[in-house]
Amino acid sequence: MDLKNLLAVVAAGALATGCAATAAETETASASASSASKSSAKAAFPSTYKSYSYDNTVITGVTIFDGEGQRFDNGVLFMSAGKIVSVGGPETVVPTDSTIIDGTGKYVTPGIIDVHSHLGDYPTPSVAAHSDGNEATSPVTPEVWAEHSVWPQDPGFSRALTNGGITSLQILPGSANLFGGRAVTLKNVPARTVQAMKFPGAPYGMKMACGENPKRVYGNRNRKPATRMGSISLTRQTWINAQEYKKKRKGAKPPKRDIGMETLVGVLDGDILVHNHCYRADELNQIIDMSKEFGYKVTAFHHAVESYKIADILAKEEICSAIWADWWGFKMEAYDAIPENAALLQQAGACVIIHSDDENQIQRLNQEASKALADGRAMGIEITDAQAIQWITYNPAKAMGISDQTGSLKPGKMADVVLWNDNPLSVYARPEKVWIDGALLYDANDPSRRPVSDFELGQPGEGDVK
Amino acid sequence: MKHFATILVSSLALMAAPAAAETIAITGGKVVVGDGSAPMDGATVVLRDNRVVAVGTNVTVPANARRIDASGKWVTPGVFAGFSRVGLVEVGAVRATNDANASDSVFSAALDVQYAVNPFAAAVAVNRAAGVTRAVVSPSTGKSIFGGYGAIVDLGADNNPITKARAFQFVELGETGHRRAGGSRTAAHILFRALLEEARTYSRNPALLDSDMLKTSDAKALLPVISGKTRLLVHANSANDILKVLGLRKDFPSLKLVLVGANEGWRVASDIAAAKVPVLASALSDLPYSFEDLSATQSNIGRMKQAGVQVAIGMINDRDAHQLRYSMQYAGNLVALNKVPRATGLSWDEAFAAISSGPAEIMGMGGQLGSLKAGRQGDVVIWTGDPLELSTQVETVFIDGVEQSLSNRQERLRERYRNPAPGALPKAYDR
Repeated sequence: MDLKNLLAVVAAGALATGCAATAAETETASASASSASKSSAKAAFPSTYKSYSYDNTVITGVTIFDGEGQRFDNGVLFMSAGKIVSVGGPETVVPTDSTIIDGTGKYVTPGIIDVHSHLGDYPTPSVAAHSDGNEATSPVTPEVWAEHSVWPQDPGFSRALTNGGITSLQILPGSANLFGGRAVTLKNVPARTVQAMKFPGAPYGMKMACGENPKRVYGNRNRKPATRMGSISLTRQTWINAQEYKKKRKGAKPPKRDIGMETLVGVLDGDILVHNHCYRADELNQIIDMSKEFGYKVTAFHHAVESYKIADILAKEEICSAIWADWWGFKMEAYDAIPENAALLQQAGACVIIHSDDENQIQRLNQEASKALADGRAMGIEITDAQAIQWITYNPAKAMGISDQTGSLKPGKMADVVLWNDNPLSVYARPEKVWIDGALLYDANDPSRRPVSDFELGQPGEGDVK
Repeated sequence: MKHFATILVSSLALMAAPAAAETIAITGGKVVVGDGSAPMDGATVVLRDNRVVAVGTNVTVPANARRIDASGKWVTPGVFAGFSRVGLVEVGAVRATNDANASDSVFSAALDVQYAVNPFAAAVAVNRAAGVTRAVVSPSTGKSIFGGYGAIVDLGADNNPITKARAFQFVELGETGHRRAGGSRTAAHILFRALLEEARTYSRNPALLDSDMLKTSDAKALLPVISGKTRLLVHANSANDILKVLGLRKDFPSLKLVLVGANEGWRVASDIAAAKVPVLASALSDLPYSFEDLSATQSNIGRMKQAGVQVAIGMINDRDAHQLRYSMQYAGNLVALNKVPRATGLSWDEAFAAISSGPAEIMGMGGQLGSLKAGRQGDVVIWTGDPLELSTQVETVFIDGVEQSLSNRQERLRERYRNPAPGALPKAYDR
């Protein structure tokens, strides 16, 4: 962050000092607030992300979906020093010495957030040399971290930004393993290193999996788990081991450091969020009971195509379902998927997240949310456009533990913003401009504001619209 | 379907007659012909005996017609999926239900999807309910570069899905071809040429066939490809692979080539146009998924179209057994490109044609399928609004002039769990 501009904003009284903290300061503050900061692993591979330069920008006359279910027609958004300063209707007072963008006929949303991506760890080109998403050598690998597999030159990051308006995303290990390892949350900003993409202060996630994938991968090798009961037994035993490790660590003779156990204890302590790949309703319920047995919380079930069958239970347990709009039929546990899954969950008061798990659909999460919305309305469930936008902004931010910093257009939050050339729930809409921490990182009208990864430099189609 | 069959050559399978056809007049809707022309407001579509008999704003409604008021609605030809595996796969990962390829078969070009396409597959009903009425169904390849015969099918709720059997032969000549042929493009091209030469040898003297190289059945299957009687759908993506495919015509001048995928087609669009080879292109590929896709862009179709290539949408290897319903969304995205500086999209009218008359014409069936013109098969969809828009729902589907059931197991599951908590009896009794 540019100090001069920061001071200008603070002097204008537009921002509380805490909100205007630099990226580095934010990270320190957040880490020290967390009990996990005591763990030496927490400090490893720290974020070096710094926001890029920004203009103080006002967008006027625009339709705003704020990410938390509110809509402003003929709205005004003011961002300064990389933060949202004000958002509201036409009465909103804004400074005159800013870059003014006429948003008439256009739409503003928070930056889109994907809670489930493999960009970087399963990048394109999708060659074996790049296949770094599954440490499929053991079903229990809480010790691996997705960030150590992420290739920052994956061209998919740029497509997610320019076509999808993605500003933050969680990169997960794959689902071959019961414990897949740590996930990492990134700002969708091109960088030379993964550390320079890491979302400052974001908690870690941990990937878990149930169902067909682990039993297929290991059962085919005649190893445990070859069955669903084998999967649950191995998962429970691992939690018992983690509980013992936790207990010993507090004792007089702490055990030798075990980075897998550190991750599991992080979950038991509530510092690391569980993202559990699981499809079938009956299995979701098994996982819920297992989490209660060991005293941890599942933050989100991913790919939960059968969530609609237990929407009431998921609402009561306050577990998000991170789901596709309409994928189905590709494997047995996806056979009962229905396009009204999201709407039925919303109706039951459960948390809905539309995710991609895909380098193509991450470019169209807005369209996926729109389809899920339309299918809900068609069966008579009333959902507003603004609520559907929440499925791809605030709700994923919450499940990633970053909703205090981003995911909605609230004063003091990061200025992660998309200006769309049409209603983002329309198939005809595309991002026109994307800001991350107030920095304009994509502008459809300016070819120099289109990132091109090293891989694509000097190749046919370099810098093309894609 | 009976009328249709009588006027066409015998390669068209005679369909089981669906429920008795009736005379239907769909009135007052915004009618899209599907041939790239602008929609007509307040137009009427008349269906009789499985066919479209009249379309326009000055159409007299027959006295005996069942009238359907489509005021405020859109009326279009059914969506024609330009490349799919619908009906070949029930559950992708359940091998016994997946007939898309035959990786352990000794046969290749002779394999024929008409014996596998299942009209009762869940995906047929699901995509029918979404407005898809016809599809190109192609095999995937197994051991060879040739996958076998594909078909044109309808998605009707009746016993016979085949509109045209043996509509084309499918071959891989990109990276997949390289793999199938033994590990290089040289191997793929020499295999292609050698197999076709061997088939020619067989046609001159069956006794001379080298059966280690080519089974008799496969040789027979390749003959109509060599003569140009049967289309050859060639999957190739890179600019260089596409040029090499076009070059096959030097040795085999009669090949009736159709390119499939063609992610880098825009870079050699003038060559494709000059060769008059049509393209069933992946609409939204824009990543270097592989080195054959380095310059992939969503502007591919628009740029090829501008260069004079005959092009339509075909979603090869893109959830092509289950999600034909993405066709409308993909076409809509091509329209969206018109507002993106430096991108090249399609006009709305062109985009709809790319999922209706476009594939029909490329497959040589434009006179029978894909548009709302007198004499065409009665595949009609009534939509609540713009069919390319995400908020739009399907109201009514006709295939061969017969109104279709839109029920499917997704809809049944939805209704069972409209309220997820069990009632007086378990959910299993909710039907």
